[in-house]
Amino acid sequence: MQVELYERIWMWAAGGIIVLFLGAIALGAALQAIAPPGHLETVDPTALAEHAEFASPAVTTRDDGTIVVPVVASMFAFSPDPIEVPANRPVTFRVTSADVMHGFQVVGTNANVMAVPGYVTRFTVTFPRPGEYLIACHEYCGILHHNMVGKLVVK
Amino acid sequence: VKEEMTGRHTLAATHIAVAITAFGVASAMGALQALSIADVQFPLRSESFYYLAVTAHGVLMALVFTTFFIMGLGYVFSQETLGRIAGRGAAWGAFWLAAAGSVMAAVTILRGQSTVLYTFYPPLQAHPLFYIGATLLVVASWIWGGVMIASYRSWRREHPGVPVPLAIHGMLATIIIWYLATAGLAVEVVGMLIPWSLGLVDTIDPLLARTFFWWFGHPLVYFWLLPAYVLWYYVLPQVAGGRLFSDGLARMVFILFVLLSTPVGFHHQFADPGISSGWKLIHTVTTYAVLYPSLVTAFTVIASLEVAGRMKGAKGLFDWIERLPWADPFFASVALAMIAFAFGGFGGAINAAYAMNAMVHNTAWIQGHFHVTLGTTVALSFMGATYWLLPRLIGRDLRLVPLARIQPYLWFGGMTLFSTSYHIAGLRGMPRRVYSGLLAGEHGASWQSLTVVAAVGGTILFLSALAFLIVVVATWTAGRRIPPPAFEFATALRPPAAAGLWDRFGLWTVVAILLVALAYVYPLVTLLTHPRYGSPRFQPF
Repeated sequence: MQVELYERIWMWAAGGIIVLFLGAIALGAALQAIAPPGHLETVDPTALAEHAEFASPAVTTRDDGTIVVPVVASMFAFSPDPIEVPANRPVTFRVTSADVMHGFQVVGTNANVMAVPGYVTRFTVTFPRPGEYLIACHEYCGILHHNMVGKLVVK
Repeated sequence: VKEEMTGRHTLAATHIAVAITAFGVASAMGALQALSIADVQFPLRSESFYYLAVTAHGVLMALVFTTFFIMGLGYVFSQETLGRIAGRGAAWGAFWLAAAGSVMAAVTILRGQSTVLYTFYPPLQAHPLFYIGATLLVVASWIWGGVMIASYRSWRREHPGVPVPLAIHGMLATIIIWYLATAGLAVEVVGMLIPWSLGLVDTIDPLLARTFFWWFGHPLVYFWLLPAYVLWYYVLPQVAGGRLFSDGLARMVFILFVLLSTPVGFHHQFADPGISSGWKLIHTVTTYAVLYPSLVTAFTVIASLEVAGRMKGAKGLFDWIERLPWADPFFASVALAMIAFAFGGFGGAINAAYAMNAMVHNTAWIQGHFHVTLGTTVALSFMGATYWLLPRLIGRDLRLVPLARIQPYLWFGGMTLFSTSYHIAGLRGMPRRVYSGLLAGEHGASWQSLTVVAAVGGTILFLSALAFLIVVVATWTAGRRIPPPAFEFATALRPPAAAGLWDRFGLWTVVAILLVALAYVYPLVTLLTHPRYGSPRFQPF
C-alpha cells in the first residue's frame, strides 16, 4: 500500500498526539494518584434502613483522622443534607442508592460519581475553598429528578 | 425501463421514508425539550411530558432514524456496487419486523409507560413491549446484516481476488461492529430486562446491566458514524468533482474501527463503582486509539476535496476551498458535518480522559457533545445524503432546491448556538436532562442565560428540520418525474489492484472478538463472582 509523504507525516503526527494525551493521563495516574472510583463493594439496597452505616448516614472522623461521608441517594433527596466537611482535608465519600440509579455531583468540584443501588461508590476529594456548594443528581431518576439537590458546606 | 430502474430501490426508499418520519417526530420533541430546560412556558409543558419527550427523542433519533437509514443506505450500495440484494424476501421481512418493533416501543413511550430514556438503566422499569419492540428492531438489523453479507459473498464468488467496492468494505465493517456491539445488548435485554419486566425474575443487578449496555453503547456510535464515513469517502469526492485521495488508507480505517470500536465501554463508566481503576485505564487506551482512524479520515477526505478544487483550476494554498460546490445541498451538509466532527472529536478526547471526565460526566456538556457528533456529523450527513439519494431512488427531481441549499447552514448555525451553550453550561456544573435549568428553583444563576441561547439554537434546529421535511415531502409527492440519475461514486487516485490484507474480514473479525474478550472477560468475571444484591423494579414516572 503506497502512502503519500504528507499523509505519512500526518499519520505519525496523529499517533504522536494520541501518545501525548495518553502519556499525560498515565503521568497523572502514576504520580498524582488521579484515578476514578474503582473498588467493588456491595450492599443490599432493600435493607439500607437496617444498615449500620447507611441507616442514618452521618459525617464521621475515624481514629486515624480520616473523614468519611456515607451518602444515601434516593428519590428525590440526598442524605445527609446538608453535608458539612472541613476545607483542605481529604474527605472520603461512600455513596449508594436506596432505589434507582442517581448521580452525585458537587457542582464546581471534582466530586462527580454515580450512585448505584447495590453498590458503594468510594472516592476521596479535598475541597480547598470554604463555602456552600450545590449537590445535584445528574442521572434521570424519575419525574422529579431535577428537584433532587443537596448542599455541601465546606468550613 | 424506467419503472424497473425505480422499482429496484423501493426497498431502500421505504427504509429511508421510515427513518425520516422518525426524525421528524423526534425533532419536534427535541425543540420542546430545549424550551423546557430554559423554563419557557408552553401549553404541553409538564415534568411527565418532558421526560417522556427525552425518551421519545432519544429512541427515535438514536435507534429508529439511524437504524432504518443505515439499512436503506446499505441496500443502495449493495444494489449499485454489487449489482444485487441477495434475499429480498428476507430484507422485506426484516423491514416489517423493524417497523413493528419500533411502533411497539414508540406506543409504550407515548402512552407514558416507558419513560426510562433511551439508556433504560434498570432498576427503572419500562413496559415489557418497550424491551421486546427494541429487540425486534435489533433482530431485524441482524437480518439486514445477513442479507448484506450474503450479497457480498454471492458477488465474491463471481469476482475472486477483486477488491470489494469501498462502500461495501465500509458497510461490512459497520455490520461486524454491530454484531459485536449488539451481543452485549442482547445479554442485557434478552437475558436480564425482558424476564424481569415480565415478572419472571424479581430483581436485577443495575451495574451488570449498565456494563452490558455500554459494551453496546459506544460501538453504537460507530454503527452510526461509519456509514457517514462511507458517504464521505465514496460519494463526497465525486460530488465535489475530485478523486478519493487514498483507497488503501480508507480500508485500513474501516478495519481499525472493527478492531477498536467495542473494547472501550468503560469510558462511559468512569464514575461507576465495581470496575477497577486499572481496567478503566485500559479502556482509556483503546478509546484514544480509536481516535486514530478518525484523524486519518480527516486527512484523506480533506485531501480528496483539495484534489477536487485543483482539478477545477485552483493554484494557491487555500483557493481550492472556494472552488468546492458549497451551494450543493449534499456537499454543504457533509462539509459542515465534517467541521462539526472536528469539535466533536476534541470534546470526545476530554470525555475519554480518565480523570478529566469528572469535570464533565453527566453534565450538559455531554448533551452538547453528542449533538455535534451524532446530531450533526451523522444526522447532517444523512440529511445531505437524502438530497443526493431521492432523485436516484424515486426518479423525481429535487423540489424547493433553494430551501435545500439553506437548510444545512441553518442546522449548523442552530447547532453551534445549542451545543456551545450546553458545553459551557456543563463546565459550570449544569446536570444534563433536567426539566428545568433552575433545578429545584434557584440554582441556575450561572447557566440560565446559556439555556436560553440553547433554546434559540434548538428552535433554529427545528426550523431546519422542518425545511428538510418540506423538501423531502415536496420531492416525493410533487417532484417532476425524471429518468433516475446514475449513481456515480468516487474513483481513487490509485485504485487498488487486488484484494489485500484489509479485505480479509474473517481474520479481522477474529482479532476483534479476541480484543473484546480481553477487554471484558476479566472485569465481568470479577463482578459476577462477587456477592451481589438485586434491585426490585421502580416506575417513578
